[in-house]
Amino acid sequence: MLSELHLEHFLIVSTIMFFIGIYGFLTRRNLITMLMSIELILNAVNINFVAFNYFLYPNNLHGQFFAIFIIAIAACEAAVAIAIIINIYRRFQTINVENVSEMKH
Amino acid sequence: MDFNYTTLIPAIPLVVFLVLGLLNNKLSHKAAGIIGATGMFVVFALSLFTAYTYFFQVGKVDGVYQKIIGFDMTWLRFTEELVVKMGTLIDPISVMMLVVVSTVSFMVHIYSIGYMHGEDGFNRFFAFLSLFSFSMLGLVLATNIFQIYIFWELVGVSSFLLIGYYYQKPSAVAASKKAFIVTRFADLGFLIGILLLSFNTKTFDFISLTDPNGSAISQGGGIAFMGLSVMTWSLIFVFMGGAGKSAMFPLHIWLPDAMEGPTPVSALIHAATMVVAGVFLVARLFPIYAISAPEGLELVGYVGAFSSLFAAIIATTQFDIKRVLAFSTMSQIGYMMVALGVSGYGGHEGLGYMASMFHLFTHAMFKALLFLAAGSIIHAVHTNSMNEMGGLRKYMPITHITFLIACLTIAGVPPLSGFFSKDEILTAAFHSNKLIFFVQLFVAGLTAFYMFRLYFRIFWNKEPHYHHAPHESPKLMTFPLIFLAIASIFSGFIPFEELVTSDGMPIEIHTEWIVAIPAVLVGLIGIAIAFVMYRKESALPDKVANGFKFFYRWTFNKFYIDELYLFITKKIIFNYVSRPIAWFDRRVVDGTMNGIANVTAKAADLIKDFQSGQIQKYGFVFVTGAILLAMIFIFKWFVL
Repeated sequence: MLSELHLEHFLIVSTIMFFIGIYGFLTRRNLITMLMSIELILNAVNINFVAFNYFLYPNNLHGQFFAIFIIAIAACEAAVAIAIIINIYRRFQTINVENVSEMKH
Repeated sequence: MDFNYTTLIPAIPLVVFLVLGLLNNKLSHKAAGIIGATGMFVVFALSLFTAYTYFFQVGKVDGVYQKIIGFDMTWLRFTEELVVKMGTLIDPISVMMLVVVSTVSFMVHIYSIGYMHGEDGFNRFFAFLSLFSFSMLGLVLATNIFQIYIFWELVGVSSFLLIGYYYQKPSAVAASKKAFIVTRFADLGFLIGILLLSFNTKTFDFISLTDPNGSAISQGGGIAFMGLSVMTWSLIFVFMGGAGKSAMFPLHIWLPDAMEGPTPVSALIHAATMVVAGVFLVARLFPIYAISAPEGLELVGYVGAFSSLFAAIIATTQFDIKRVLAFSTMSQIGYMMVALGVSGYGGHEGLGYMASMFHLFTHAMFKALLFLAAGSIIHAVHTNSMNEMGGLRKYMPITHITFLIACLTIAGVPPLSGFFSKDEILTAAFHSNKLIFFVQLFVAGLTAFYMFRLYFRIFWNKEPHYHHAPHESPKLMTFPLIFLAIASIFSGFIPFEELVTSDGMPIEIHTEWIVAIPAVLVGLIGIAIAFVMYRKESALPDKVANGFKFFYRWTFNKFYIDELYLFITKKIIFNYVSRPIAWFDRRVVDGTMNGIANVTAKAADLIKDFQSGQIQKYGFVFVTGAILLAMIFIFKWFVL
């Protein structure tokens, strides 16, 4: 079954995921949703890594290592981001990103 | 004999200045006065000791007074040839000046303890007095023209500080600024002169500059410019500095206003010491003036003669007693300049030089006395105007007698000191320039007249109604008066012709009756006229004034020289020079800078909305940029 799937399919899926992520990041006003969009982007990249590794360099595992790295970093990033979001919520009573523009000062 | 210790003479007042200046309000007035006066006493004693050892023990070698370097050190070494030194030069005129400066300064210190009693800035006053003494002593001891310039500016600063002592009084502030700016302007000439002179002669050193057989003089005047040699030009510029300090016409305008300072300051700085710095400077460089730049020396003589006549005429009409004395000072300094101007170098030719130094010495004594006595009077009646004085002889006997002695001295009545020194000057003028001689003879009469006008108006004449009866000043103030009166009487007997001459060799002098008798007669006539006009209150002075109405008005307003200066500066320089420069500065220089700032601000205004704080906008820009970059790379690598 796997033989009918080619590299292009994976790339198409990851590209779609990537742009869904970008779109979500730029249009959603909710910080949690934006965070989820970022996760989508990261996972799109993961798919790319794994797919390239599998199809182009089947004897190496570098791509898969990178995927695991990114998952670990994504976890950290989620933890930090959620901590920030909680603080923002405490301070502004909202997690709408448009109302949080204090940083420019 | 080693003159190393002479560095102490300027150093002690410097230390006193630092102590008084740093401790300012921590010291009581009494302590400050005692420290200042004690310091000056040590300097006074050292100066007398130096004079004694120099003149009577070690100064003379083979009958000629030598120039001795007491102390010498290299201060700045720019290149091998351009070296600025500091040191002390011991020769007849510097030793004589040491005595003059330290005597008058010591007396003024004692006097000031009484005069400034209870003033707010008492300690500041004594600190500045010490600063001045330091600068003046450093000036007279300078070994080179650069050092003299440094101390020259320092005395200017101390003079500025002391004239502006009553800094809450606008007129005093204005006077101090005026004195500083006018003398600074003159010093610009001095600096140019120094540069020209040292460039031409390759030395700063007085000894090598004034050695009549040295290279500086024997090389001659150098290339000519407008008919005068470079040497002459440089010495004329140097004289410009001297004329500024010595209040010679037309740079005299600051001296009358400088009387805004406390009276002891006027006595010390604006009568006895600082204002004769110009004379001292010309005397210091005298061999070059006499040998390489005779035209420059002639100019000195004519400027001196004119100033002395000019000031004497003005002095006859002024009512502020200190201003009368200020113009008198200017007139007497004119005498000294004249004496230098008519003098030659060496032997009997150098009579004028010796007369000038002689007069400098006696003048310092009697003019300091006049000012201190005037201060004593002002202290008693609280006014400067002679219209509010009269009949004071009954109240202030000591001041009266000492003032009378000083007046007789300046009028040239024998055998007081003024007679001898003035007589020498007139003799020197008589033998060299008859025009100047007659001018100076006339000025001698004017001097006697205006001094006795002052004397009779203050001590005789009608007694005004005093709010409280004037009383004699305390002993601290009368002691210096008595001391200086004695000095005025007897300093004429000092054998100057043996001690201070142009080439260090003693000369023979003898009284020439053809000069001495007219001089004394003219002085007595001046006194007699003053006696008739001012002994008792009469309508005569007003009648005379009305008789010469136009001339009187001009004289009373000091020939409108101040107004002329104001016209030149305000109307011409401000309008036609300063204003265009200010416009250029404001529009072009500032305009460029403002333009740059404005463009930056405008550009920032335009793009500042990008900085919205909206993270998604940033994200959008970032993503757009990334996509654009990606497209460019794709286009470049794959399509082309």
